[in-house]
Formats: sequence, C-alpha cells, structure tokens
Amino acid sequence: MSTLHIDRVSRWFGNVVAVNDITMTIGPGVTGLLGPNGAGKSTLIHMMSGFLAPSSGSVTLETGGTASGAPAPVDGAGDGERTPPPGTPVWRHEESYRHIGLVPEREGMYDFLTGHEFVLANAELHQLSDPRAAAAEALATVEMEHAQDRRISTYSKGMRQRVKMASALVHQPSVLLLDEPFNGMDPRQRMQLMELLRRMGDEGRTVLFSSHILEEVEQLASHIEVIVAGRHAASGDFRKIRRLMTDRPHRYLVRSSDDRKLAGALIADASTAGIEVDQQEDALRIQAVDFTRFTALLPRVAREHGIRLYTVSPSDESLESVFSYLVAA
Amino acid sequence: MFHPTVARLTYRALLGRRRALLLCALPALLIVVACAVRAMNGADDQVTTQLLGGFALATMVPLIGVIAGTGAIGPEIDDGSVVYLLSKPVRRTSVILTKLVVASGVTVVFSAVPVFVAGFVLNGNSQQIAVAYTVAAAVASLAYSALFLMLATLSRHAVVIGLIYALIWEALFGSLVSGAKMLSVQQWSLALAEKIAGAGAEITSDVALPAAIVLLLVAVVGSSALAGQKLRSLTLAGED
Repeated sequence: MSTLHIDRVSRWFGNVVAVNDITMTIGPGVTGLLGPNGAGKSTLIHMMSGFLAPSSGSVTLETGGTASGAPAPVDGAGDGERTPPPGTPVWRHEESYRHIGLVPEREGMYDFLTGHEFVLANAELHQLSDPRAAAAEALATVEMEHAQDRRISTYSKGMRQRVKMASALVHQPSVLLLDEPFNGMDPRQRMQLMELLRRMGDEGRTVLFSSHILEEVEQLASHIEVIVAGRHAASGDFRKIRRLMTDRPHRYLVRSSDDRKLAGALIADASTAGIEVDQQEDALRIQAVDFTRFTALLPRVAREHGIRLYTVSPSDESLESVFSYLVAA
Repeated sequence: MFHPTVARLTYRALLGRRRALLLCALPALLIVVACAVRAMNGADDQVTTQLLGGFALATMVPLIGVIAGTGAIGPEIDDGSVVYLLSKPVRRTSVILTKLVVASGVTVVFSAVPVFVAGFVLNGNSQQIAVAYTVAAAVASLAYSALFLMLATLSRHAVVIGLIYALIWEALFGSLVSGAKMLSVQQWSLALAEKIAGAGAEITSDVALPAAIVLLLVAVVGSSALAGQKLRSLTLAGED
C-alpha cells in the first residue's frame, strides 16, 4: 500500500504557471486525473514520477508497512505550523522507482529492440532476481506474447502502449502512473487496459491515470481529481462530479419561425431559467437548468404551437466550458 | 558501477545501421589513403607523422568522438526513451560511467585501431610513430567521449556544438591562437605521443606532459561528474 502526497505544489515555466497550488492525496485504488488538454495533467504526473521538480511545495511517496525507515522529508516544508507530509520526496530520489511504475505519454522507446528485449531490459534495470520470469509474466499480463519477438518499430500504437505498460508492471510496483494511456487505442484494447487497471486497483495498488475524456474516467475511476488551467477544480466520487456536469445550466441558441411565441411557451416550464431575444443574431438565447427535461420540452412545445425550429445549437458544449463551470462551482 | 544492461542498450543504439556506416567512413578513408601513400612514396616517417597527426588525430578522432559521445545518450534524451532508463533504481553516475565506457570503447575501435593499422602500413612503426599515435588516439577517444557525452546531457544541439569544437577550435583556432592550444584535447594527447615516439619523429606538443595528464584527468572526471549531476535532475518536457 502506497500513498502519494502532493502538498501545495506549484510549477511554473518562466512566466507561465502550469500547476497552481495543488494539494491532493492519491491512495490505493484507481484515480482518474481529468482535465482538458494543456490543463497541467502531464506536468503534475512528471512531478509525481520524479521527472520534474516542483517550483514550490512537495511531492512525497509514503510506502506502507515495509517502509525501510524512509527518512522524513527535509525540503518543501518551510513553515513550522504545518506538519510536513509523510514519506520521501520523489524528486532526485532513484530508490522511489522500486515502488513506482510509469507509463509516459511520449512514444520514444528503443524501437530497435523487440518487445521482449525491451521489457527484459526494464526488468534487469530494476535488478530483479529473475528478470526473465518477470518479463514473461508482464508480457503475459498485457497479452503481448504473440508479438514479443517483433521489433517495437513494427508495432501499432496500441501494441506500443501495452508494451510500455508491461515495462511499468515488470517490478510489481505499488504505484502506477499513466499519462493519457488510452490515446490511440481501439475500443477493444481500451477495454482490456481498463480491465487490467481495475484489477490492479482492486489488488490494493495506487493507480493514477490522466485523461481528457470524461466517459473514460467515469468508467474506470472510483475517484476523480479534476484539473483546469493548472488549478485543482474538483475532487471526489465520479457520481458527484458527473452530477455537477449534467446539472450545470446549458445554453442554447435557437432560431425559429416565431421566436417570441416560442419564448413565451418555453418560459412557462420550470426547466428554463432565462430567455433572451437577441436582436442582432435574430435568435433566442435560452438558459436551461434541467438538461433532460428541456431537450424533451423544446420540440414538443414547438409542435404544439405550430412553430418551425430552424436552429438549435448548444452554445457552450465544449469541454473547456464544462470544466470552467466546475471551477466556479 | 558498470551496468551491463545500460551498456547493451547503448551500444545497440550506437551501432545502429546508419550510425555504424558513418563511423566506418573516416577510418576506411584513412587506411585507403595510407595504402595509397605507401604504394606511391614508400615508407616515410615525415609523411606518416603528417597523415596521422594532421588528419587522424586532428580531424578523425574528434569527429568520431562527437558521433559516439553524443550518440551514446543524445537520441535517448531527444525521443524521451531515456525515461525507461531513469525510472529505475540505478545510480545516475553508474549510467554515465557505463555510457562513457561504451562511447570511448566505440571511439577507440573506430579511431585508435585504424590509426594503428594505418601507422604500420605507412612506415612499419618506425620510431614508434604508429604506437605513439595509437596511444594518443586512445587517450583522446576517452577525453572526447567524456566531453561530448556531457555536452549531450546539457544541450539538444550537442552535435553541432561538438562539430564546431572539433573542427574550428581543435583544427583552426588552435593553430592560430597559442593560448587555445592549452585547452585542446589534441595537444594533450600529442604530449603523450611526443614522449613515446623517437626524437626524430618530430611529434611535438605545446603542452608539457604532466600538465597534459592533469588536464586530461580533469576533463574526463569533471565532465562525467557534471553529466551525472545533470542526469539526476533531468526534466521531462511536456508535449502539450
């Protein structure tokens, strides 16, 4: 059992703040790190995996039970009033990798090796007692034995992803960090990987994966951390976050044969919170509070009043607007 | 300290098809020229010194050092695959030392060995010239490998910087500005060659032997230490 403590972590690159004062604890089970592209997910994962120093704050790894007297963290805890987070800082600490498995997003991976050679090399670098057996087991776990003797340069994206996964699993880490693992996978591979990650979470490992796709995260993660523009926007159970996302007010732009008549009919229903007649656009701007009810109401009302609908378009359906709603919530 | 897996990954990356061809080109040229010179002129100590000193040690060794030294780690850092090497409980100094051993081994094979062969072809090792230049090339191989390996951990443009150093500093600047010769791997290794070869071989260095040895050691140890430090805090660039 291992826990990653991210304590008041910020990271800036020159004038750009990529991660802004984030505090979270990642414990056993599957956690989804959700956020739009460029939100700082990769930056955070790089800091969790010891490949980037936090500009301020600390990332520490607490390994349960068998911790061999890990020294208390020295840096990152400047003031006296807060107790420093438990565990050992990951940055500049090679021994952390005995507990961490990392699946990076980038593709570079010794393409001149075969899949088996690659995983075996990873096992040897971990100084495992039986690297061959470990490599064979990891390749079996990701179901890549059939292609293990082909060069990695001949692999499809999904196959590369699975071999990367095998290399991260080869030493049975208690923490598994995956940066956008489902990118470029076909639906079947996606399901297999989800199944595997779910299993690892059930075994008590700490599994964290990043994604910008809500459906992916809610299928797999019991716990979700949402990051938007470098800030920690929401944290918790996926049902709670899902509800926040569907219950938020939806905006629509509607053009019809009789805008004012339609507006009058719609505002009578509780699913509509406000309607504006946009003279310039010659359209209605409707704010709906109950998404499901409104989508059923609109066509019915139009038919009942003999109004023809020309345009019905959601005006804020982009993921970014969904996320920024979450930040405000 | 020496990690066999790191070594295997490094030399397989280094001796990939295209790079191996590149590494073979200059030594092949040296030996062909040596054969031609010998066939046309016969054995001549002065020509031997000119060819081994002027071409082999001044141009070929640094160029091969650039290819092997930067190639031992640069491409891994560029494409991000170095992550797999570094996300392991392996000491960074051990990664650097292993890569240094492999890079200098490759440089020795592709530069010092051909120098030895060419030296024997040219004058049959008269006045120990072939041996002297071979030793110089081997020592220079180690120093160049260490320097360019370090450079590859510091900059993405290590190859260009290495080429500028090898061609402009060592070859051109060094012969114009006398102070520059003090800071020249070529001159340091020449100091060794001067000591080994006979007095009539006319091998001269601008650096005294003790100073040369100290500077060589400083260069190798210093750049390896710096490279190890740099690797400890290697940062991944985000793709987005």
